[in-house]
Amino acid sequence: MNGFDWDWAFTWDVLPMILSAAKVTLLATLLGSIFAIIMGLVFALLRRSKSRLTRTSVYWIVEFIRSTPLLVQIFFLYYVMPEFGISMSPLATGVFALGLHYGAYLSEVFRSGIDGIEKGQWEASRALNLSIIDTYRDIVLPQAIRPMIPATGNYIIAMFKETPQLSAITLLEMLQMAKIIGSENFRYLEPFTLVGLLYLVFSIVAAYGIYQIEKRFPKEGFSLK
Amino acid sequence: MEFGEIVSVLLQGAIVTIKIVAMALPLATIMAFVFGLVRLYAPAPFKQVAIVYIEFFRGTSALIQLYWIYFVLPFFGITIDAMTAAVVALGLNIGSYGTEVVRGAIQAVPKGQYEASVALNFTASQRLWRVIMPQALVNMIPPFGNLAIELVKATSLVSLITIGDLTFKAKSLADTTLQVGEIFGVVLVFYFVMAQVLMLFIKRLEKYLSKGLGRGGFSS
Repeated sequence: MNGFDWDWAFTWDVLPMILSAAKVTLLATLLGSIFAIIMGLVFALLRRSKSRLTRTSVYWIVEFIRSTPLLVQIFFLYYVMPEFGISMSPLATGVFALGLHYGAYLSEVFRSGIDGIEKGQWEASRALNLSIIDTYRDIVLPQAIRPMIPATGNYIIAMFKETPQLSAITLLEMLQMAKIIGSENFRYLEPFTLVGLLYLVFSIVAAYGIYQIEKRFPKEGFSLK
Repeated sequence: MEFGEIVSVLLQGAIVTIKIVAMALPLATIMAFVFGLVRLYAPAPFKQVAIVYIEFFRGTSALIQLYWIYFVLPFFGITIDAMTAAVVALGLNIGSYGTEVVRGAIQAVPKGQYEASVALNFTASQRLWRVIMPQALVNMIPPFGNLAIELVKATSLVSLITIGDLTFKAKSLADTTLQVGEIFGVVLVFYFVMAQVLMLFIKRLEKYLSKGLGRGGFSS
């Protein structure tokens, strides 16, 4: 088993398997980002709550989620939630963990995005007698979204790069697939390198995509109606 | 299992985690400064090498890098133990993010400082080490602090290459005792405390380094 030589035949054999596992990786990232954006918005709005207790407790919850490892959070959700009668599949657990973890990060992005809206906009909405929901939906968020795109995109790419940790709860994503292939064939070089390269390619493509979205996003914002 | 026993087993794991952080953090700092400066000032071929290193380690995930170093390098005849693999992988990974911190902080030093040191006939190295760097260091501390916390969190990955760190101990305790709630709860609190202590230390360092730079209004 001399692995020094790159085996192209083996590479072409394993590539389809890894690509099929890439679907799971991408699905986890997609669902995770949707959940993270929702959680981030919830955290960000709660941090602007009138009640001091809500503000401080949400601050510490976000701080706690941000400063503990994702892997331990994944284990926590996977092994501890069933004790409370909530059993989730590895994919659901993964999406939940990724969403919660990155929701905590995104809440800071959203918070500063919302804070970046000029005071006059809030005052005008108040003067026009708009309800708080209308103010957010029609005035604040449409203007706040564009400046938040780059940071949000970076966190989604970061989340994508953390999906291999879901292999620890047996989710069959790219890395887990590579590990299985590697242990069956006693060759780790090709599968692991392929997975690494695929991550690199996906990250670069995603970074370019986010740049394009930002560029094409209307500067004046858009209606959420 | 008694709660006290659980905590003492987990403490042993926490010591391993702290050891890894203590070794990977200096490596990451060295990598960040070396490649950050090379990226800024070195001639073309060295600059390309730095860019490849930075893009590669930032573009792929830490866990894959760890697996690659631990599982693939032996095929090239380089066998390293799990601990070394962990320190090298985490140090290189966090270091690659650190290069951008170094670069950003140096570029954020006002241009007038650079021009003034040229006007005063400072040599290139005096300019960098006596004028630019002392000011850039202060800018680097907060983002470096965040990276240090990222490093603490990333050490949990080493449990997947069988190193007995905090996460590994938690997982094996959970598998044998089934007291998952207490165990993972305690582990989360441990990591949280480590991150907070680190943050406290970083705030102090920032205060110390910004002495005499006249930041935040009047300085004595």
